[in-house]
Amino acid sequence: MSSTETPVAPAGTTELSWPDPCEVAGTVRLVAPDGSRLPAQALELSGHGVYAAAAARTTPDQLRAMYRDMVLTRAFDREATSLQRQGELGLWPECRGQEAAQIGSAHALRPRDHVFPSYREHGVAHVRGLPLHELLHLFRGTEHGGWDPTAHGFHLYTLVIGSHTLHATGYGMGIQRDGDVGTGTDRDRAVVAYFGDGATAQGDVNEALVFAATTNAPVVFFCQNNHWAISAPTSVQTTVPLVERASGFGIPGVRVDGNDAVAVKAVTEAALERARAGGGPTFIEAVTYRMGAHTTSDDPTRYRERAEEEAWSRRDPIERLAALLRAEEHADADFFAAVEAESAELAAGVRTYCRSLTPPPAATIFDHVYASEHPLVAEESAWFAQYEASFDGAPAGGHA
Amino acid sequence: MPQLQRFALPDVGEGLTEADIVGWRVAVGDTVAVNQVIVEIETAKSLVELPSPWDGVVTELLVAEGQTVDVGTAIVVVDTDPDGEESDDDTGGAADVPAAEAAGSTGTSGGVLVGYGTSHAATTRRPRRGGAAPAASPTPSPTPAPTRAPAPIPAPAATPTPAVVPAPETAPGRPVAMVSTPSPTGAPMLAKPPVRKLAKDLGIALDTVTPSGPGGIITRDDVIARSRQGEARTLATYPGDDTPWLADGVVSGDGRQTRVPVRSVRRRTAEAMVASAFTAPHVTVFQTVDVTRTMKLVASLREDREFADVRVTPLLIAAKALILAIRRHPEISAAWDEERQEIVYKHYVNLGIAAATPRGLVVPNIKNVHSMPLHQLAEEIAHLTSTARAGRTQPSEMRDGTVTITNVGVFGTDTGTPILNPGESAILAFGAIAERPWVRKGKIKPRWVTQLALSFDHRLVDGELGARVLSDVARVLEDPAHALVWG
Repeated sequence: MSSTETPVAPAGTTELSWPDPCEVAGTVRLVAPDGSRLPAQALELSGHGVYAAAAARTTPDQLRAMYRDMVLTRAFDREATSLQRQGELGLWPECRGQEAAQIGSAHALRPRDHVFPSYREHGVAHVRGLPLHELLHLFRGTEHGGWDPTAHGFHLYTLVIGSHTLHATGYGMGIQRDGDVGTGTDRDRAVVAYFGDGATAQGDVNEALVFAATTNAPVVFFCQNNHWAISAPTSVQTTVPLVERASGFGIPGVRVDGNDAVAVKAVTEAALERARAGGGPTFIEAVTYRMGAHTTSDDPTRYRERAEEEAWSRRDPIERLAALLRAEEHADADFFAAVEAESAELAAGVRTYCRSLTPPPAATIFDHVYASEHPLVAEESAWFAQYEASFDGAPAGGHA
Repeated sequence: MPQLQRFALPDVGEGLTEADIVGWRVAVGDTVAVNQVIVEIETAKSLVELPSPWDGVVTELLVAEGQTVDVGTAIVVVDTDPDGEESDDDTGGAADVPAAEAAGSTGTSGGVLVGYGTSHAATTRRPRRGGAAPAASPTPSPTPAPTRAPAPIPAPAATPTPAVVPAPETAPGRPVAMVSTPSPTGAPMLAKPPVRKLAKDLGIALDTVTPSGPGGIITRDDVIARSRQGEARTLATYPGDDTPWLADGVVSGDGRQTRVPVRSVRRRTAEAMVASAFTAPHVTVFQTVDVTRTMKLVASLREDREFADVRVTPLLIAAKALILAIRRHPEISAAWDEERQEIVYKHYVNLGIAAATPRGLVVPNIKNVHSMPLHQLAEEIAHLTSTARAGRTQPSEMRDGTVTITNVGVFGTDTGTPILNPGESAILAFGAIAERPWVRKGKIKPRWVTQLALSFDHRLVDGELGARVLSDVARVLEDPAHALVWG
């Protein structure tokens, strides 16, 4: 019994003040911060053997792809942050530090699955095939949304905290009604809702969990516990690990090391598999850390200590996967250099693209109010066009 | 062709209208890369580092540290094609138009700078000071020279003190978030953003407010109370006393005092002077000199076609005399290295000239004057003083001086006891030149006479050496022919 207390390999350094929250029993970790895989026997004993087996099926190609996606995401994220600081974007929420949680989980998705992101899931967007630069429209204010949610199964960013979990549950219930659950064919689909530790204290999220549980909806609630809800630490959201909330709703919960991309992928795969098969919702708590500011409007030095940030920087998810690739000889220096070069190219492209964006014609605000024609909107649109035309010689639209 | 790009202060928060420049991370002449941090600013929300949008060379810093600027104001000029010709003309031209730029930016960053729309609304940064100031003095967008001018040269008593040294670089550590309003004890003053805004609008420094809220937080009522207390309807002294050098000040309740925060050049001057006065034991020696022949030389050089394009002044000859004296006594060109317990002898002379400018006292220096012909020296002095007066002296021009001249004579002062520019071991004060009765060959004659004073660092310069240097300077001024003998 006591053997279920998984002896996890030490993180290399002992930080008394900032212990690794993933070094507690029950948290799924397959790759230690130094890049070594945990012993299969120990994982078996702690009941994580199923995840270890799934991880063993992850091919070197997949590992390399995850690494590449993480590096590209970080480069993009860094570039976007700089662009905001240069006045090219109104706001930017950094995802630095959360790449494993995002990329690992996104790699578990199938094309027909649908994602409801919050506003920080740049890594998930990238894996879903949404060109990263399209995210900039929203933050530069040249589009209200910015992309077609159906094109990549990736919904629009939601800036209201947690409200989209209700949309996710509703979408999952819709999938049930379409008969796309439990057929045992490729037709089966599932939904992932991404949200943070702060959102778990929102009413909407609790309602979404209630409905998902009682309707057995195919939804994976993927909570990235990044330790900080703006300036509020997780300790003011909950006194127990967030994952324990799930059982109160009657939903199975899994706590995973959110900086271990391999473990995140394995855990999410299992949850999605269950959802598609009609097994119902799962709550995943991915324990990670927001290494940057909440957004560019935030200054984390005001509420958290440098030592804490340094402790987490030693658990960097990208370095961990790189160490694994090196240790298992799945990647050589050429590979890392190529990814580095690709990320520099991506950043330069994003910069150029961002600067080229201009305000759209003002009339486009009417375009997506409804999916189909609507008489009132048509009327307002016509009036607006007339109003714009009433300015002598001025070009229509574009109040820059 | 140089390609000049102007970086306008972005809104790094959501809907912020202004920010304080905390510290520049680059200097003019530095090469910068895209996304390299160039400046740290503080907004109402946070301390933020701004990255460069371009690769290039910094040609101008348009805003001084400590200043508050509106969003949309150009703060730095970067030459993105530095391999072109020398860009003197371009920077000069660029500096003339900062205010006009507020609405947008030029060049590749495009016209859509998010959040720039607010800047045109004539946000008055200058605090409203009750009835003391004429209503609405619309502050123009900041020009390179800060508006906080320390008055057209105060009392003569203050003049002999020269020397400003560039601040000890930007402080290496990241300042705490609320640097701009530390309490007297150095701890940050606590106040909510709307209260901070109110205090700013009322022109009240938070550190002058007594907090009454829980945990030492400043409340709205505290600020209002402080404002009532500080609202002097009129200054009790004399009219015209409130502009422009008291612009940032808070008038006391009785109208008899104004408190102005110590910032920028004033603060750096104070730091440099305290550092110098309390580390280097100063000794000052004086000598009165008959400079009639120097005046004749100046007059004849002014007629000389070779010198037609430069301004020949007694200061030029004094500078040359000092250079010659240093050549004869190179031990005076030295510095005390306290940390390593060594004396650093410098085999070159970088001659500093103390200049009174609208920004305050600055001491730029001319590099390598030891090998400079007189004509070039004249050109350099002219260039240095005009740059300083225009407020464009760069930190690099104030670094690594070896000796300084302070020309207190221009204010009519006979002489003074100058304080060393930190890092230097001697400074020469050049007094006013006036006709005085002088005993010459047994008779009293009217002669052009001046007084020289040389302060030196007694840790490494003894009285004898100091006296010899001063007397050599005096001998050249008395009889410039000595330059032939020693040169």
